[in-house]
Amino acid sequence: MSDPSLLALTLAEARDGLARRSFSARELTAAYNGAVSEIEPLNAYITPTPEQALAMADAADQRLARGEALPLDGIPLAVKDLYCTKGVLTTAASHILDGFRPTYESTVTDKLWQSGAVMLGKANLDEFAMGSSNTTSWYGPVENPWRRPGDNRPLVPGGSSGGSAAAVAARAALAATGTDTGGSIRQPASFCGIVGLKPTYGRCSRWGVVAYASSLDHPGPLTRTVRDAAIMLKAMSGHDPKDSTSAPVAVPDFEAALTGDIRGLRIGVPKEYRVDGMPAEIEEVWQQGVEWLRAAGAEPVEIGLPMTKYALPAYYIIAPAEASSNLARYDGVRFGLRVESETLDDLYELTRAAGFGAEVRRRVLIGTYVLSAGYYDAYYLKAQRVRTLITRDFVTAFERVDCILTPTAPSAAFAIGEKAEDPIAMYLNDVFTVPANLTGVPAIAVPVGLSGDALPLGLQIIGRAFDEETVLRVGDVLESAAQFRCLPSFVAGGPR
Amino acid sequence: MMEGRTGWWETVIGLEVHAQVVSKAKLFSGAATQFGAEPNTQVSPVDAAFPGMLPVINRFCVEQAVKTGLALDAEIRLESVFDRKNYFYPDLPPGYQISQYQQPVVGRGKVALDMPDGTTREIGITRLHLEQDAGKSLHDQHPILSYVDLNRAGIALMEIVSEPDLRSAEEAGIYLRKLRSILRYLGTCDGNMEEGSLRCDCNVSVRRPGEPYGTRCEIKNLNSIRHVMQAIEYEARRQIDIIEEGGTIAQQTRLFDAGRNITRPMRSKEEAHDYRYFPDPDLSPLVLDPEWVTRMRVQLPELPDTKKARFVSAYGLSPDDAAVLVAEKETALYFERVAAGRDPKAAANWVMGDLFGALNRLGVGIEQSPVSAEQLGSLMDLIANGTLSGRLAKEVFAEMVATGADPGSIVEAKGLRQVTDSGAIEAAIDTVLAAHADKVAEYRAGRDKLYGFFVGQIMRATQGKANPALVNELLREKLTGESGGAR
Repeated sequence: MSDPSLLALTLAEARDGLARRSFSARELTAAYNGAVSEIEPLNAYITPTPEQALAMADAADQRLARGEALPLDGIPLAVKDLYCTKGVLTTAASHILDGFRPTYESTVTDKLWQSGAVMLGKANLDEFAMGSSNTTSWYGPVENPWRRPGDNRPLVPGGSSGGSAAAVAARAALAATGTDTGGSIRQPASFCGIVGLKPTYGRCSRWGVVAYASSLDHPGPLTRTVRDAAIMLKAMSGHDPKDSTSAPVAVPDFEAALTGDIRGLRIGVPKEYRVDGMPAEIEEVWQQGVEWLRAAGAEPVEIGLPMTKYALPAYYIIAPAEASSNLARYDGVRFGLRVESETLDDLYELTRAAGFGAEVRRRVLIGTYVLSAGYYDAYYLKAQRVRTLITRDFVTAFERVDCILTPTAPSAAFAIGEKAEDPIAMYLNDVFTVPANLTGVPAIAVPVGLSGDALPLGLQIIGRAFDEETVLRVGDVLESAAQFRCLPSFVAGGPR
Repeated sequence: MMEGRTGWWETVIGLEVHAQVVSKAKLFSGAATQFGAEPNTQVSPVDAAFPGMLPVINRFCVEQAVKTGLALDAEIRLESVFDRKNYFYPDLPPGYQISQYQQPVVGRGKVALDMPDGTTREIGITRLHLEQDAGKSLHDQHPILSYVDLNRAGIALMEIVSEPDLRSAEEAGIYLRKLRSILRYLGTCDGNMEEGSLRCDCNVSVRRPGEPYGTRCEIKNLNSIRHVMQAIEYEARRQIDIIEEGGTIAQQTRLFDAGRNITRPMRSKEEAHDYRYFPDPDLSPLVLDPEWVTRMRVQLPELPDTKKARFVSAYGLSPDDAAVLVAEKETALYFERVAAGRDPKAAANWVMGDLFGALNRLGVGIEQSPVSAEQLGSLMDLIANGTLSGRLAKEVFAEMVATGADPGSIVEAKGLRQVTDSGAIEAAIDTVLAAHADKVAEYRAGRDKLYGFFVGQIMRATQGKANPALVNELLREKLTGESGGAR
């Protein structure tokens, strides 16, 4: 059993405790290693790295003892297994990457280790980050630590960063890295009752992160609080010359932006986000969020984002198109799985058929189709035009407002298998999150309340490009107002 | 024009040249590009398309492409886009080639060809774009397995596409030589076809003069100018034969079989790949600063056409001689060093005559010439100041080729200095005339042809060192002026 008092700390509290030498990095990491074992039933980790974690913690302790503490010294993190980690199995939750140990470290994780953070292990995810329920992993589904009271059916943690979200929510990591291509940080954060931040496109380097859809993939953090998200984002950000789409912009002190003062800020409330079939409780929690921000001195403004309804269809053309090309490199020739064959075509076909799961195959096929001669203009090109129009929507909106408040997902967590038969219903999970991926603007998901089933619900704050500071400031105020203190039914160190 | 059974045919040719960019690093990965390295030693994780790896454009390669575009008098596009060309092959690790499809960095341009009849012909350039090379598949190393060498994977290529303006195999050859010359002048491609740094795809069709273009076939991956010309000859003849026998040409990709000197089908239009081009989301559009392009334009070196014009006007060379001298940058440079401060026509004659002959015999280029431009210049100086006769100079030159020594030291060591001392020459003449008194008599009786005999004897007596002009002057004097015989 892990030490519950250490596991209950937020990242900011743990950082301060380490600095005060109230406990050592080794103690903290040992507690978290225990927590990682304890939550094994959730299947949140694919590869725990406890020895490496302790070695990193010891190094942190030495720096702390010398008074040379780094910003994240001794902070134990989960790493979504889409980030390449040097010498450590990196799977993208796919059979096709069997046995793949990168010879390189992703820029973002390297920055985290350079800041003193400790790697607890590689977190489970949807295969190649394709999914909204973390049920497509070759390593099996992740369970949400939350359950509906009186209902023993395991729930999905959301996806694709489901392992990261479940680990942070179940107190088996202080924070985690995720990636968000259509909502893959914010939706699982919302389903697991934690904070998820998708930064501006270009803020965090994609170098060394296994690509799903390059123009939409955003590395970012999942944390228990908005402050923790600010601390993580600072360590993860910065221009990377190895990523041509990385932005050469300065990294602000995001934590300093949490002033609690949002007086006079104009908060956009887009009418188009009231979608058909959205549960009343989501609408209610959204209204509550508007009132909280108003009470804090902000000015809610109804805005229009007329292209919203085209965002999801455009996303499900552009993302598979890029994926179909990005995933061509998994061919059995140089690394990962190979199904030995007599001919080259057989090698490709058998390896890819065996190595990719159903959802990946579906998206590769859709992507190949929409890029094919004769269909390119009707699908891919049109989707790119829609993307331009959606961006214009946001640019226009941000002339009037400082940020936009929306629900994070159209529902609370659902049971594993509940939507498995209908890929379209699954895709609808991303309806509120996808626009920020298509436009690249930052967005944060903050837990604010419980559904009728006593499951967490979250709200999303979307901001201007490279204005994560406003997003975090408003998120922090929302978090303070909501006072969301509920815990999942299964947390490490807690009662079962 | 080619004559068929039913009349004359015109061959229509467009070339796609793949020119390897001279650069120490690859187009997107930073890995080295040295030719002939051990297999798979010049490969980065980007080239091998490992998960999470991303391309970053090599600015120097862009500079090389822009320079080439400027030299082709082409439109430089300030914004261009890299696309992915998707297909599966083991020597293409990512499953796509990064290329430029709809928005190449260089647009329309032109190349002037010097035709054998002395006229100039302008060939249109459609575009030039940057793209990555693929690796190399080796199918002959193992009975059933194929090997892949990724050293070449990711190296920068310029694809230079011509308009269908060429009308014969010969023109195609002239075009390729001219293009190669321009690339070498610029230093943007070494033009070394044996090492594969210049490869060519030929689009060939035939038509009766005045008719619209016929259906074309593309002959892939030719790696010598001779093969290009042979393949075009064969392909045009093949198409003419088919049409004249009532058949039609099927659009095809074909390969040239150099052993049998024929082209054969590789794949038909129906089997053509669908490359699913789309803009590479890992790379932003390539944006060029117009001022930077202007600086590139100003910094362009003198190119073959300009140089040729200058050689004609400044040195008074014939256009033909000038064309020969400017064809290779190194030759032009060599010539100018020899000609500096000397008689340019004589310099041109030495370079194109004796030097080219010697280099041909040795089978080396002018860069490896055993005789430097400075040495050849000194040799010319020795002729000009009378130290050497033309004949002696050729002897000295042969020695220079054989030993690489300076002409001055050869003259000293071998005592080849021309004798200009009239006393010594007179003495030699007297000796010869005395020894051949009978022939002197015959000469004086009218046998003029014997004059050459006396010259030969005198030159032999002086080991060829006697100044020929002095010999002439004194000999004539003695044979005619002194009819009374030796004093």
